[in-house]
Amino acid sequence: MSAVATDLARVVEDAAAHLYVWALKDIPQDLRDAIAEARDRETSVPGRRVLETIVRNVEVAERENNLVCQDTGIAVYTCRVGEHFPLHPARIYDALKTGTERATVDHPLRSNAVHTITRQNTGPNTGHRLPIVHWEFIPDWDGLDVKCVPKGSGSENMSFLKMCTPADGVKGVKQFVLESIVGAGGKPCPPGIVGVGIGGSADYAMYLAKEAIARPVGTTNADPDVAKLEEELLDLLNQTGIGPMGLGGDVTALAVHVEHADTHMTLNPVAVNYQCWAARRASAHVSADGDVDFDREF
Amino acid sequence: MAEHHLTFPTTEEEIRKLRAGDLVTVDGHIIGIRDRTQIRIFDQGQEPPLDLAGSFLLHTAPNVRKLGPGNYEPLCIGTTTSARMVRFTQPLGAKYGVRAICGKGGLPDEAIEPMRRLGMVYFAIVGGAAALETTQIEEIEEVAWEDLMPECLWKFRVKDFGPLWVGIDSHGNSLFHDVQESAQKKLEELVANL
Repeated sequence: MSAVATDLARVVEDAAAHLYVWALKDIPQDLRDAIAEARDRETSVPGRRVLETIVRNVEVAERENNLVCQDTGIAVYTCRVGEHFPLHPARIYDALKTGTERATVDHPLRSNAVHTITRQNTGPNTGHRLPIVHWEFIPDWDGLDVKCVPKGSGSENMSFLKMCTPADGVKGVKQFVLESIVGAGGKPCPPGIVGVGIGGSADYAMYLAKEAIARPVGTTNADPDVAKLEEELLDLLNQTGIGPMGLGGDVTALAVHVEHADTHMTLNPVAVNYQCWAARRASAHVSADGDVDFDREF
Repeated sequence: MAEHHLTFPTTEEEIRKLRAGDLVTVDGHIIGIRDRTQIRIFDQGQEPPLDLAGSFLLHTAPNVRKLGPGNYEPLCIGTTTSARMVRFTQPLGAKYGVRAICGKGGLPDEAIEPMRRLGMVYFAIVGGAAALETTQIEEIEEVAWEDLMPECLWKFRVKDFGPLWVGIDSHGNSLFHDVQESAQKKLEELVANL
């Protein structure tokens, strides 16, 4: 690598190490607001106590400089790479991996990664095909955006896919989302963000659902038909009575985010990816000359 | 809804006083346990090196810093989803005399009958509230099966651990069953009106 690339690799590695720990410790403001608002409108006694405890926990994490939740998750990054960014994605991947390892060892963080057959721990939260990195490439730009979403397993285990038929229509999509969230009950740490991916293919629908959970609460899909579906689904889910931690109550979801892709005329895939209330995400923008801005949301 | 303050280990008599929906805080000693720990005990037939009689089991795998051999500082200790481990409920009570299982998200209905028969309860904690939980853990007193790190057997000393809700009591009641039953009914109604 050139000297510029070597320096940039180090910058990306430092950014990854910082993002991972920052995401685990500092819940974004949009989520804090949504949880506080949920606490204020929850009418069930245990539900309200759960939400008060969550608010207190976020404050304790901040005061003690501790992780919000013990589950350090599976390290997932999304990168938007500008066409003229001077570090190749192959090197960006290496830097993200090394940064994840450094954060795990230096903090130290619990290492969750295991070989999927032997279940042997692989070490510092990396391994074969870990971390998981999604890529987007942006023409006519020389920057890099990195988003880290260390997602806990309690919510990731509550992921569901159904290949609805075209005749099932939007009604089939709604029914499947409702069934999934009622069936999940208290397991994914509700109330959280319900990510829904529709269209595309089986794998792409789940990818879209994952993309949806990483959006800030309060954002809506740009397509008015999809935005309407988000609103309708949130209303339906909050009538189920599952409530905070599944103990019963008014607030089962803080938000529903739907992402969509056009699909084959015979397909109507719907994927659900749950995000717990501790919806951790952190982003950084890296410029071509190595400046890092940790406040940028994308 | 009653409120209780319990010290563990405890007795069947104390456990039988608890009713689903009651609020509980706990002092004393609790044991951290997880998927691989229970697979080793029950599927691989290895005797646990810690005494589980009258115990409170917490579904956890903590973040710790190693200070020396068998000596760990708690960094962030929280609670995992219980449902994965439901099949161990009956043998934990019958073979080892466990009195309470604590986790998040509830245990499925198959836990109700063994808990009724054996005098056990399930405590539901606020999942994800690990920073707070860590402040209620005074010390990690013992660690066994370190090769399973972080899914070892952990002995914690706790003070005012909670809030916990009695999710399943020893009289055949389950909050989670009730919530699920009413949500399923509501679901049918919502789907019919889509």
